[in-house]
Amino acid sequence: MGLVAAELERQGISTVAIQLLRKVAEKVRPPRALVVPFRHGYPLDAPEDPARQHAVIEAAFKMLEDHRLQPPAIVDYEPNEEK
Amino acid sequence: MRLASSGFGSAGADKPSKGGLFKLGDLSEFPIKYRLFLKTYPWRRIDPVPWVPLQKPLKDCRLTLISSSGFITADQAPFDKSIRGGDYSFREIPSDIDVAGLIDTHRSDIFDHSGIRKDPNLAFPISRMRELKKKGRIGSLNHRHLSFMGSITAPGRLIKKTVPAVLKLLKDDGVDVAMLIPV
Repeated sequence: MGLVAAELERQGISTVAIQLLRKVAEKVRPPRALVVPFRHGYPLDAPEDPARQHAVIEAAFKMLEDHRLQPPAIVDYEPNEEK
Repeated sequence: MRLASSGFGSAGADKPSKGGLFKLGDLSEFPIKYRLFLKTYPWRRIDPVPWVPLQKPLKDCRLTLISSSGFITADQAPFDKSIRGGDYSFREIPSDIDVAGLIDTHRSDIFDHSGIRKDPNLAFPISRMRELKKKGRIGSLNHRHLSFMGSITAPGRLIKKTVPAVLKLLKDDGVDVAMLIPV
């Protein structure tokens, strides 16, 4: 997905990619990667839990909006245990 | 910083690693042959890294989803699991799809498919995006989204053949932002 993200950015489309393995993100270097601490198969945390899914999506959106970030931007997602 | 979650997605939830915590970037959830493969795989390094800052607020942007979870709709051909190096084709998923109708055809057996089968939003969050559009967090949803099957070990054809077609579609659609979700 990182390679696809890079091609989209080269054509003017802003991207953010969820990433399940930080080491892969560091090697591939997609423009913006939100590294989540979830198992493969669970990229947005939990099924049938809109609040948890929204929390991951919002963190990804925040990366798009953060003009301080520099490429490659790799950010660790920290789940909110109270959700 | 916390490294564990009590949620469904946390590996610590049912398969605790050392200390009961799932470390970011940990490969311990995989069988040994996959761990070795992932450690030795020659990942392509993006260099230089392209960067497009948002050109306008998200509330004015058109967004598309790109998922590598291998979802198809009922009237689409499944991804071809026999192609060496992985099926590099894609499927268009209409934005008004009934999410319950998405079918998981991902070939990989190294991850637990039960979550995305129970709720495809877990890897293709179209319901969440509709909610965000309704709230005004994003401007609009593109009328189509894209589904790939991940685990492509030979990405050359994906980049040379598939991505140019994808780019044309998304540029024609006036897409500003893409959110990419693996599985």
